[in-house]
Amino acid sequence: MIDSNTSGALTPEETAIRVAATLKRRGFSERRFRYLGVGAITLALCFLVFLFAGILSKGIPGMFQHYVTLEVMLDKERMDPKGDMSVGSLYSGDAVSLVGEALLRTLGDPEGRKDKRAARSILSSGSALRLTEFALKHPELIGQRVPVKLAVDDDIDSFMRGFISRDTPESDRRLSDRTIEFVDVLNQASLISYEFSDYLFLGSASRNAEIAGIKGALMGSIWTLGVCLLIAFPLGVATAVYLEEIAPKNRMTEIIEININNLAAVPSVVFGIMGLAIFIIAFGLPRSIPLVGGIVLALMTLPTIIISSRASIRAVPPSIRDAALAIGASKMQTILHHVIPPALPGMLTGTIIGMAQALGETAPLLMIGMVAFIVDVPGGVVEPATALPVQIFMWADFAERMFIQKTSAAIIVLLAFLITMNAGAIILRKKLERRWL
Amino acid sequence: MYTVSLTSLLLAVLVIGGVYFYLGQRWGARQWLASVKLHSLPRYYGFWAGMVAAVPALLLLVSLSLADDFLFKSMLKDFYPDDVINGGGVARAIAFTQVMNFVEGIHFGAPESWVREAGDAWVGWQRVADRVIAVITIGCALVAGFFAFRQINPSFRARNGVERIILWALIASSTIAILTTIGIVLSVLFESIRFFKLVPIQDFIFGLEWNPQFEGAERAGSGGGTATYGMLPMFVGTFLISFVALTVAVPVGLFSAIYLAEYASHRTRSVVKPLLEILAGVPTVVYGFFAALTVAPFIRAVGASFGVEVASESALAAGLVMGVMIIPFISSLSDDVINAVPQSLRDAAYGLGSTKSEAIRQVVLPSALPGIVAAIILAVSRAIGETMIVVMAAGLAANLSFNPLDAVTTVTSQIVTILVGDQEFESAKTLSAFALALVLIIITLGLNFFALQVVKRYREQYD
Repeated sequence: MIDSNTSGALTPEETAIRVAATLKRRGFSERRFRYLGVGAITLALCFLVFLFAGILSKGIPGMFQHYVTLEVMLDKERMDPKGDMSVGSLYSGDAVSLVGEALLRTLGDPEGRKDKRAARSILSSGSALRLTEFALKHPELIGQRVPVKLAVDDDIDSFMRGFISRDTPESDRRLSDRTIEFVDVLNQASLISYEFSDYLFLGSASRNAEIAGIKGALMGSIWTLGVCLLIAFPLGVATAVYLEEIAPKNRMTEIIEININNLAAVPSVVFGIMGLAIFIIAFGLPRSIPLVGGIVLALMTLPTIIISSRASIRAVPPSIRDAALAIGASKMQTILHHVIPPALPGMLTGTIIGMAQALGETAPLLMIGMVAFIVDVPGGVVEPATALPVQIFMWADFAERMFIQKTSAAIIVLLAFLITMNAGAIILRKKLERRWL
Repeated sequence: MYTVSLTSLLLAVLVIGGVYFYLGQRWGARQWLASVKLHSLPRYYGFWAGMVAAVPALLLLVSLSLADDFLFKSMLKDFYPDDVINGGGVARAIAFTQVMNFVEGIHFGAPESWVREAGDAWVGWQRVADRVIAVITIGCALVAGFFAFRQINPSFRARNGVERIILWALIASSTIAILTTIGIVLSVLFESIRFFKLVPIQDFIFGLEWNPQFEGAERAGSGGGTATYGMLPMFVGTFLISFVALTVAVPVGLFSAIYLAEYASHRTRSVVKPLLEILAGVPTVVYGFFAALTVAPFIRAVGASFGVEVASESALAAGLVMGVMIIPFISSLSDDVINAVPQSLRDAAYGLGSTKSEAIRQVVLPSALPGIVAAIILAVSRAIGETMIVVMAAGLAANLSFNPLDAVTTVTSQIVTILVGDQEFESAKTLSAFALALVLIIITLGLNFFALQVVKRYREQYD
């Protein structure tokens, strides 16, 4: 400034002028800083929206598929060659040609091998099986001509959705012109319908996109999570109780605590490697079974459960323990009757969150072989199985267009489970958690 | 052929335990009604009898059923022909599989006579073992329960006994964490040592080429190339993808945390924070699918419109999506740290006339820095250990490249590629996955340790 006083310090007026000169710049930088924060949050939320929009936009159509309704003659002799209506007899029946005949009749009995082949390519290869299952469910209809709803092949489905254009030259297209003509015939007779896919939830693993379903994978996940819960919950709660209530402050306790923290940091794929090396190679347990998968996931989620259980035990006020001890309860009675019950909601919340983690986990299950192509729905913890996220991983590798939609639909199912579990955990916490004064 | 299944044995033991519980408890209740002075409450006598009956029997059951396979495996050696015994581990593993297949009834053609003999012997042993185990466990439960029940008298300290059992159960549970760590370290270490016997450790650490695919060709002697096991390309790939992920996650996460901690109203915070945390809860396989299906083609198209060639499985796509995944790790941890900075520091800055952002930049962030650094280190450790995104979106080509537009591979994705599907347990290729896992554990635990040290120091400054 022009006339500063002799000591070199600024007068209040001079300071005010200097500060005022910087205010505009500082205000600007203040706003910029704030906008950066808003921008960062917006960006992160945009990612979230993109992710969910991408999955939903593909997955919701993936929950539906095209069916064609055909009048099929359920010929007694050919459906049921042994004539005893037994399961074995029906499965050995000739449903394939019955379906084929019904289709060709609907299309006005085309002549020539090429036309017949073009017509047959409309139906899914799972149609005969579906007819057999239909007959098993409705044995009274055998011998009659009944309308049966059959899935169309995945290429036809893609065509109906407009992913395969009829303007593409025939040689570049997965469908022949003749097939498209037949589809048009069926469409004009309004025999093709677009409905909720019953294969998605009831079908097992298949290489054919139109009949592939997640039933087997879902059951596999349920068995695996069941094993995981049975192991992780008791072990986690017991460890938390021991560390919080009983353990002396010594070297051993310290080692246990360090180990738990380290386990929380170990990448999940390493747990899979341990499962492979110990349970499969060393103990000789079979590959691909939910028992091993559940054990591995339990060891992986253990730190989560221990940490949250410890927090909820710590939240029980010491006065409760003192009161119990004062009226003559033993240490163990205090813990079992007066510390664990109020801490239980918190423990369950942590367990549910841990289970949700385990449900979404893929890499360790790949390591222990739960990635095999398994058609049968697993009926127990020692039967080969796969899991929902692994099924998603496997389907994501298939090139067929319809598998992209089915994969997205499976992802929606997985996310729905996860959201339900997490919401359940939140509700549980809100409802049961006691507030201590 | 009748074999007692494990489940029914388990149930039998539990039922025996239940019966002894009932007996003990009834005894206690009768004494109680007869006004005899008991040391413990009646139900503790029941618990004592039931636990003594069931717990040792269950432990015995589990350890015996795990042990019998080991015993049989060593007994099988007598059946192997000389060439299998001299053929080393591989030959023995193959022979064992042959026998197992015979036992399961899977044959490809007529099995050799020794396989048939060994298989029949195995089935025989199994049958004997099943019965022996059943007799031993049920006998153990009955006898132990009987003695425990006989022990009971009014002055018997049943409650102390039961509490001792519970205490030991709690101690045993808490050692599981240690056992798991030991299990992880040993399983990885042993196989890694075997790998380093085949491939010198310096070739592994400093090798510039990763090419285990030629393993089979080399073994068959058909030439065509040598298998090389240099981990540097994967190391660089892992580093590259983590770097891309961090360039997304650190600014977004940090600025979100600052805004949420310092500017946002309570309501905004309570909505936005859980929303951000959803990003961490989405399964990684979903991110992988999203990266491979949506992000990678998008980046490729953008690259093409600028005339830049982008690999269909680029490090950029995997890194970007991974960055989104780790945003919540950084934002939540940083948020906690920023909130932990005492309000007095902010007030002092305001008192000196600083604006809010000046206070944050010059006072709050520097004092929160150690915690933020720890959060970032933990996020790095998370990114390095992440598997599914890179398996699905980053590809398998072990290019030694620093260009994020190239396809690269990572430690985790190589582990998955090698260990998924059929593998021979004795080959260098399979063993190399364990060596990679060892590297992975060392890096992630090292980072974790480092982060803890940083946090510890930070704590010392404030408390």
